[in-house]
Amino acid sequence: MESIKDKVAIIGMGCTKFGELWEKGPYDLIVDSCYEAFEDAGVEPKDIQAAWFASLVSGFTGSRLSNALKLEYKPITRVENFCSGGIHALANACYAVASGVCDIALACGVEKLKDRASGFAMVNPEPVDSSKVIPETPPANMFAHIAIRYFHDHGWEIEEGRRILAQISVKSHNNGILCPKAHLQQKISVEDVLKALMIVYPLGLYDCCGLSDGSAAAIVVRADMAKDFRDDYVLVKGFGFCSGAGQAILQDDYDFLHIQENIEAAKMAYLQAGIKNPRDEIDVAQVHDCFSIHELILYEELGFSPKGKAREDVEAGTFALDGELPVNTDGGLKCFGHPLSASGLRMIYEIYKQLQEKAGPRQVKNAKVGLTHNAGGMIGSLNAAVGIFGRRD
Amino acid sequence: MSGIISWGSYIPLWRLDRKAISNNLRGEKAIAGFDEDSITMAVAATIDCLKGFDRQKVDALFFCTTTSPYKEKLGAAIVATAVDLRKDIISADFSNSLRAGTTALKAAIDGVKSGSLDRVLVVASDCRLGAPGSNWEISCGDGAAAFLIGTSEVIAEIEAFYSICDEMMDIWRAEDDRFIRSSESRFILHEGFARVSREAIAGLMRSFHLKEKDFNKAIFALPDPRAQTALAKSFGFDIKTQLQDSLFNWMGETGAAYSLMLLEATLEDAKENDRFLLLSYGNGSDVMSVKVSRGIEKRPENRSLKKYIESKKVIEDYKTYARWRELLPFVKPPRPLGLASPTALWRELDQNIRLYGVKCKTCGTVQYPPQEICTRCHSKGGFEKVRFSDKRGRLFTYSVDYISWAPEMPSVTAIINFEGGGRIQSLMADTKIDEIKIDMPVEMSFRKMDFREGINVYSWKCVPIRH
Repeated sequence: MESIKDKVAIIGMGCTKFGELWEKGPYDLIVDSCYEAFEDAGVEPKDIQAAWFASLVSGFTGSRLSNALKLEYKPITRVENFCSGGIHALANACYAVASGVCDIALACGVEKLKDRASGFAMVNPEPVDSSKVIPETPPANMFAHIAIRYFHDHGWEIEEGRRILAQISVKSHNNGILCPKAHLQQKISVEDVLKALMIVYPLGLYDCCGLSDGSAAAIVVRADMAKDFRDDYVLVKGFGFCSGAGQAILQDDYDFLHIQENIEAAKMAYLQAGIKNPRDEIDVAQVHDCFSIHELILYEELGFSPKGKAREDVEAGTFALDGELPVNTDGGLKCFGHPLSASGLRMIYEIYKQLQEKAGPRQVKNAKVGLTHNAGGMIGSLNAAVGIFGRRD
Repeated sequence: MSGIISWGSYIPLWRLDRKAISNNLRGEKAIAGFDEDSITMAVAATIDCLKGFDRQKVDALFFCTTTSPYKEKLGAAIVATAVDLRKDIISADFSNSLRAGTTALKAAIDGVKSGSLDRVLVVASDCRLGAPGSNWEISCGDGAAAFLIGTSEVIAEIEAFYSICDEMMDIWRAEDDRFIRSSESRFILHEGFARVSREAIAGLMRSFHLKEKDFNKAIFALPDPRAQTALAKSFGFDIKTQLQDSLFNWMGETGAAYSLMLLEATLEDAKENDRFLLLSYGNGSDVMSVKVSRGIEKRPENRSLKKYIESKKVIEDYKTYARWRELLPFVKPPRPLGLASPTALWRELDQNIRLYGVKCKTCGTVQYPPQEICTRCHSKGGFEKVRFSDKRGRLFTYSVDYISWAPEMPSVTAIINFEGGGRIQSLMADTKIDEIKIDMPVEMSFRKMDFREGINVYSWKCVPIRH
């Protein structure tokens, strides 16, 4: 097996504003994100030779994309992996250009969650029983299971645990204010978080990301072709993907303190990218903060905090914009919003801009290597995905 | 000798304080939760009855009710599957009559006496609804009782049985009626309860040469406590010492289950050689003579109607009852659970209804639901069935959901680790939020998960241990 490192370059990206975009349908969002990408890359739609398209609720087949962009008779594949759909679309595009079967490929993710009154209505067809007797566990419940057990094992009272999580949300909101495309731009305090409406105990309103509409897109070419398009292209350094096999529920000794899929995906990505000390070698990261507890455990799972030290790092501001390793510099899922299949690509968009020094007030100094992380599905059966990107040498 | 080998019962955790109906009323009535019905209660009572007995030895199941959730569908099939009986059993619903439970006892006795059946399970369960503001709403309670009938190790012999079939429009429901209908109450009292009961008792005594003084106690399961005392008095029974308490103030009258539940209450305090006169009523009357044998010394342990009566949570708000019984229209938020698929439901009966998991023959890992490939060792070698419905477990972690819609909010999801290994994620029922703690002991309870496209979707939830 070979690494993807330095074989593929991103030459253009686009991202719509995320939010409650009542006046935008899926076609509008696809056009907005993809045309920004075309312009950024300096290519035209007809230059695209193949495309991968990710959506949970806004399209069943590749023809959604071809219809929106009027791509005529091009190979287009729909990709679906819940919240990691977007990066999976990108990865497929990368493998295609790396193999040489095409030269320029497009990846796009789109979601109109606000078209459904309950967001992505829980009609998960798997991995639970096909008779669907047991009500599906909404994501907030799954992460509440982890929070309850995590607080218990660390000997934290519920309020104490909630305060730690609150600091993560406050940090992300401070970043969201600096990001015009984010759904929410609102400063909050720890007290605001603690007093907010309870969603699924112990997670309150500000511990949970919002449901939003949005789209993002990326255009990739083989690395040796990238300089024909731009100087400041961004290289793919590594991908790590994995799917859980239901272990968390099938095995009674799974501890609900960690998500093994995250750990395995990170391992694979670091191996591909040749990263041995993530805390030192990663300059900026966008991680899957669907719920604040997820971001907390990710700090250790991604190797940013030493084991058992996540709380210390939170309280020391390690992951704030001016900290040692800024995380979720664009406000994260928390503020940017979470249109499932677009989020992976939105995270890569922020990393892409950071590496090109185009992140404005959010710019991290000397950002040379960036990481994105997503995880979609149910506890024990998550599809985790880590991408590592870097500046050209 | 043929008669009762074991018994079990079930009263829901919940009571409605009658003051919630009207300030001048006394006592409480037992009310099934929103996720319970005559079938779920029957399952609970049956499992209670069969504790310590080999379920594979039950040859027949009779399910007795006036409130089956289906107009056409064998309720006994669902109960027998949930209780994990054999497939080759006699199964029947005895329905439409308040005396269905005792009629089924007669059929059971005849079956074992003739030798055509060895052990028969009779379970009666009702969840009757009186119109808001009616006397039936005041008096009806929800509950279930189960008896195991056979000819060996008999605790109480059913030594005599007499029945009257009597046509009258006293208490009934027509095809599409939700609420109980009844005619003039004095008509029912005189020409129904009193006349028919007297005729039936007289018939029993005459046919079997019995007299009032042969009985220690009378159990008169008439749906009106005043009628019970009047009947007792008219036969010379002392109402303080020789009439089984109606349990009206703690439970209410429980329809087809009533006669069997009152019989259990009596048996709990019975001694060898006691003889009881049991009467039930419903378009006629069944009466029987029940004689306690020496086997009462070995009466089943931990079976106690009293304990069910005493373990309760009282609701003082009529709105909760009205919501649970769908007396008020309410809008379900748009959170579709998907379609109910009869084929998928049938294919997954073992995991959903029998609550089977498996144990890997290669590495011994217990896992739920049943898998084709072992989660731990990945072998495709083979599995043994493991039944979780009668196992106890401990709460490993949980969540309390305030925003997803459920008939009762907030809703609790639990991760349970079981004694003997294995883990299940399920909803938790009958719980108060501030009582939930990691490691608390729980057991499994058969409940109705949903009703969609005309299908009652049943499975199991966990509950705090009742007693």
